[in-house]
Amino acid sequence: MMATPLVVSDVAKSFTMHLRDGVRLPVVAGVSFAIRAGECAVLGGPSGAGKSSILKMLYGNYAVDEGQIIVQHGGGLIDLATASPRTVLSVRRHTIGYVSQFLRTVPRVSALDVVAEPLVERGKDREAARKKARALLAQLNLPEKLWALPPATFSGGEQQRVNIARGFITEHPILLLDEPTASLDARNRDVVVELISAKKAAGVALLGIFHDLDVRDAVADRVIDVTAFAAGKIAA
Amino acid sequence: MTDEPLLRVSALSKFYGSRVGCENVTFDLWPGEVLAVVGESGSGKTTLLNCLSTRLLPSSGTASYRMRDGQWRELYRMSEAERRFLMRTDWGFVHQNPADGLRMTVSAGANVGERLMAVGDRHYGRIRATAVDWLSRVEIDEDRIDDEPRAFSGGMRQRLQIARNLVTGPRLVFMDEPTGGLDVSVQARLLDLLRGLVTDLGLAAIVVTHDLAVARLLSQRMMVMKDGRVVESGLTDRVLDDPRAPYTQLLVSSILQV
Amino acid sequence: MTDIATYNFAYLDEQTKRMIRRAILKGIAIPGYQVPFASREMPMPYGWGTGGVQVTASIIGPDDVLKVIDQGADDTTNAVSIRAFFKKVARVEVTTETAKATIIQTRHRIPEHPLNAGQVLVFQVPIPEPLRFLEPRETETRKMHALEEYGLMHVKLYEDIAKHGRIATTYAYPVKVEGRYVMDPSPTPKFDNPKMHRSPALQLFGAGREKRIYAVPPFTDVVSLDFEDHPFEVQAFDQPCALCGAENVYLDEVILDDRGGHMFVCSDTDHCEKRRADSTSPSWGGRAEGAGGGIGQSSLSTPTPALRADPPHKGEGKEAK
Repeated sequence: MMATPLVVSDVAKSFTMHLRDGVRLPVVAGVSFAIRAGECAVLGGPSGAGKSSILKMLYGNYAVDEGQIIVQHGGGLIDLATASPRTVLSVRRHTIGYVSQFLRTVPRVSALDVVAEPLVERGKDREAARKKARALLAQLNLPEKLWALPPATFSGGEQQRVNIARGFITEHPILLLDEPTASLDARNRDVVVELISAKKAAGVALLGIFHDLDVRDAVADRVIDVTAFAAGKIAA
Repeated sequence: MTDEPLLRVSALSKFYGSRVGCENVTFDLWPGEVLAVVGESGSGKTTLLNCLSTRLLPSSGTASYRMRDGQWRELYRMSEAERRFLMRTDWGFVHQNPADGLRMTVSAGANVGERLMAVGDRHYGRIRATAVDWLSRVEIDEDRIDDEPRAFSGGMRQRLQIARNLVTGPRLVFMDEPTGGLDVSVQARLLDLLRGLVTDLGLAAIVVTHDLAVARLLSQRMMVMKDGRVVESGLTDRVLDDPRAPYTQLLVSSILQV
Repeated sequence: MTDIATYNFAYLDEQTKRMIRRAILKGIAIPGYQVPFASREMPMPYGWGTGGVQVTASIIGPDDVLKVIDQGADDTTNAVSIRAFFKKVARVEVTTETAKATIIQTRHRIPEHPLNAGQVLVFQVPIPEPLRFLEPRETETRKMHALEEYGLMHVKLYEDIAKHGRIATTYAYPVKVEGRYVMDPSPTPKFDNPKMHRSPALQLFGAGREKRIYAVPPFTDVVSLDFEDHPFEVQAFDQPCALCGAENVYLDEVILDDRGGHMFVCSDTDHCEKRRADSTSPSWGGRAEGAGGGIGQSSLSTPTPALRADPPHKGEGKEAK
């Protein structure tokens, strides 16, 4: 197993707002860190420091202006900053998982299938995928009567648990967590901490954003201070 | 996913006299990949779709397609007979208006069965069984099989059109505003159905739409067109969440938030 | 004598006849293919056989013997008029006997008496395009013929089975000619389709209003379209002709009165009369059902079939004798 599956070097990101006379909003610059297998690193810093943007660049969701994001993928190294869309899709499929803050629901699909879907998409038998989904939903204390319903009408906390289950069901070697515990009660926060610990034990490299200090302290092996990458003063 | 694309498009242009239909469009499409082409009316997205589906011949440029036997064929050099054969076997075309893609005066079953008969199936019982199966896959009750699509609602017609196209197991489907003109609730159901079929069948698709929500839900990749040119392309969520071209930013910022 | 002097032989001018002959030759060269031709105005309305008349006029010679039938009958207005027309403008011999004729112009039937090599059967065709009912665009149907895209033809048959449990098309039943072109055999009953297959006679089809000519040369394969599990079959009648007792022929229903009296008789009047005139064949006269009061008189000539468009006129219809 590769000890350091994710290396970020000198990454910079800014937004150019063409609708506002092309004003350029720098987000971060000189972002450099590495995540080892089996550790959970946490991005720290105040709101607006660019934590979410970094996570999104690592997932290929935001474009990268400068620098490299080297990912161990398919037996080789690829630079996510310059990878083709097809490569990014392949990385998402096999290497980097992402648990977002919000569940993007699909109409008419049951909670159970929303959770099972990532496995089915990766070629796993639907029943086997559902079995694993049931186990995760049970662990996250989602009432069983909700499993067959589409999550669109669930409460924020229920949706988030579906989302977490969906994010944790796969076996990606790298997992990005964007405030997965934001609207959870204490009991379910503890479940997420357990899930993260299990991932760590399985050698997964995790990088997350946690505003909840208790959770952060429980899971973080170290904190990466994003204010060090502040680019706000360079230009505007 | 295989290593080879299914369709290779290079520097495709179509001019109507001195007017630009679409200009210098280049991309590859892989099996199982859904590409959304977005832009407003007149941006050239429908012209591009018609060129790619060989309903229109481009002014310049090439498009190559990998046939089922693995051979690459230049689309615009194929004979019309070959193109039409491709159209009704390995390709599908879902029109915005189902009446353009259906035979409105023959039954739903015959609409689905036509492609089978066109490729030489001469067993009524088998054709009908296949039609029943496909109607159920697009959520049309079996007892509507002998009804004409004239008696169907807009959403049902569109689902019937999809079944009619998919019955021969095509590898590439072109869709022109597949959810246009439908009620929002009907749209959602159709999108969900399309999404499921595309995943289950491993279809490659090129979907023309002006609806960014449709693009986000159906496609992995996206091209934004304006005045006949591709102004931005890439992963669908990247283009929508971090739009870079001025026009894309305008488009994205114009979405109504619900 | 005086009136004939104002017409060219067989009414059409020689240039027109050549043009039509070229279309016929092309049609023979490409069996089942619809050849466009410059259809002329004829001294009769469209729908009365202007296509067939032009074909006949182009191939007829002074030595020919012409028979004209309308739905099998020699004695209906249409048949009588066309026969009289050629008798007048070409001064040819006319007949009602199938075996004697060299040219048989027909509307919607093929005679029961087998045709021989050297005979020509000329069909009057209203709508020559078999794909027309499903595909209204001529550009598209031509392309479909060119590219041999005939799936649509089976869509029509599929619809029949879906609606009626069997192929309910009983006339103008589509055929494939020599394994290539799908052809409308004109509104003949499908009962006659097998007679077209490898017929020794030349079969020509003329559609005057639609300006198309097509042909089936002698000994050409003519196969009726069908499904493996719903094979083509001809109509079967559960009783013989009420007049001549013939079986395995096409029958017309004849209404005898307004109280429901009816009988089934040969559609081919010549065939029926021949059988009745032949002393060796048993007479089956008087098998009419219901209250058939007037059977006695009908033993002399075939009664008017109920479905015929034009009733025979008294005193006409027997010129050849």
